[in-house]
Amino acid sequence: MTGSLGARRLVLLVPTLLGVVTLVFAFLHLVPGDPVEIMLGESAAPADVAALRRDLGLDRPLPAQYARFLLRAARGDLGQSIAFRTSVARAVAGRYPATLELAGAAFVLALGLALPLGVAAALRPGSAVDRIARLASLAGACLPGFWLGPLLILLFSLRLGWLPVSGRGGLAHLVLPATTLGLGMLAVLVRLVRASMIGALGEDYVRSARAKGAPERRVIAVHALRNALLPVTTVAGLQAGALLAGAIITETIFAWPGLGRLLVQAIDARDYPLVQGCVLAIGLTYVGVNTATDLLHRAIDPRLRDAR
Amino acid sequence: MRARGLGAVAAGAAVLLLLALAGAVAPLLVPDPYATDLAARLAAPHAGHALGQDSLGRDVLARVLHGARISLAVGTAVVALSLLVGVTLGAAAGYLGGWFDEAVARVIDVLLAFPGLLLAIALAAVLGPSLGNVVLALSLLGWTGYARLARAEVAALRQREFVQAAQALGAGPGRIVARHLLPLAAPILLVQATFGMAGAIVAESSLSFLGLGAPPPLASWGAMIDEGRPFLLVAPHVVVWPGIALAATVLALQLVGDGLRDLLDVRSPRQRVVTN
Repeated sequence: MTGSLGARRLVLLVPTLLGVVTLVFAFLHLVPGDPVEIMLGESAAPADVAALRRDLGLDRPLPAQYARFLLRAARGDLGQSIAFRTSVARAVAGRYPATLELAGAAFVLALGLALPLGVAAALRPGSAVDRIARLASLAGACLPGFWLGPLLILLFSLRLGWLPVSGRGGLAHLVLPATTLGLGMLAVLVRLVRASMIGALGEDYVRSARAKGAPERRVIAVHALRNALLPVTTVAGLQAGALLAGAIITETIFAWPGLGRLLVQAIDARDYPLVQGCVLAIGLTYVGVNTATDLLHRAIDPRLRDAR
Repeated sequence: MRARGLGAVAAGAAVLLLLALAGAVAPLLVPDPYATDLAARLAAPHAGHALGQDSLGRDVLARVLHGARISLAVGTAVVALSLLVGVTLGAAAGYLGGWFDEAVARVIDVLLAFPGLLLAIALAAVLGPSLGNVVLALSLLGWTGYARLARAEVAALRQREFVQAAQALGAGPGRIVARHLLPLAAPILLVQATFGMAGAIVAESSLSFLGLGAPPPLASWGAMIDEGRPFLLVAPHVVVWPGIALAATVLALQLVGDGLRDLLDVRSPRQRVVTN
């Protein structure tokens, strides 16, 4: 497929992954004071404190703790959640699908709206569609999810009663959270599709295609759009990763039982192993999405594919 | 292009100036933002309380204006700290090259391997809720963007003739970077700083919304939105106004950033969107 460049990209992944795991390891040591006492409270029995300290490996020297953390993380073992009384891996795995569902819906929504809107705006700059597109990208850039979400709930759930207030269920439950989460990405993509399409329409190859008598539909869809989509692929991938972080807030607003809400619950409960697990799961997914985006970009852009 | 840039900068700057001014003179104009009045819980806007009262009967207008102080102060502090650290490290990496450059690049890679907001949340969670910790957490992440720009600019300019001329005249590395290279990187850094401030303000509100930023009773816009959520149906004004203030601030900064980019004619990678 992408040959040696793709392989090189995968090799570069190793230090990044190691760095991500190291940073997550370091969190426990950034806690001011004794993390065990903070987790159990000051009134905890000394025996419990000692047991948890042993369980977290905090009684060993730092290099040994680090090696232990790396080895266990490599096996998917992130210790025990104190608040949920289960393994961190199980707690994280249980919430993962909900976050994927929400982020996936937001991604489809944002991309599905941004493409036609951006292309239509590019074809007629200054028109009504263009103005709508620019308004959408402005709104998405300025309206934070933690404000938009409650307002959508107020209008569509509390006042109109059309959609559920919170929770996960059928499609109706997805509409408001996916809209809240996807708007920021929609804003970025509309702007990009429009600019990229305007750029492509001004290229020589589009003029050549028209000169050869290609029908306008074909010129737009094949010659201009396919080229305009190259930068869109990269940014859409980066934004898909960012959706994972946005999900932390969106899930909190809509009581959506995903990783982001689990992270906030873990923080509130001072359940540090679970915090580490959530951060690691989101971080690794982010790295994975970004790497996949990069490889995809190389695969579809002939200039990069055939380089070297 | 230039005329439009100037107009955008002027409009955005006017909004920011107004906001800063309102925040500065707030103590003279509005009641105490912390004075509770439980008899007037969630009162709708009326004479004396133009934007209504919140769940503890505190004046919403006073809290929104004090929120402007918090947002602008945090935004400015984060940008200043990030610029200082990022430009120093980035310029040193770009000028020195070698292992130092490699080390800085690796650290940046790892920090950018996480979504920004996730790291900010995790850092704020372990450090504990306070505005100082918010500034610290956001600056620990925010410097990377400036470092990358400063590094790229300095590395690209390092071999140019005017640098060799300065070296021949006996100028040391510090002087060359500070006097000859960084001024050329200033426009792109300025544009980045404007978007960075918008990002920092939204991030502070996001953290405060999650209870990880400004501790109560501080009037952070994010915290106000969170506190007002349970009373959305009966008292939407508690949630609506801080959000409008936040959106206006972010919009103003976007306008200034876009305008400066047109005016100064720089191609800037946009700051990563921190929220949504």
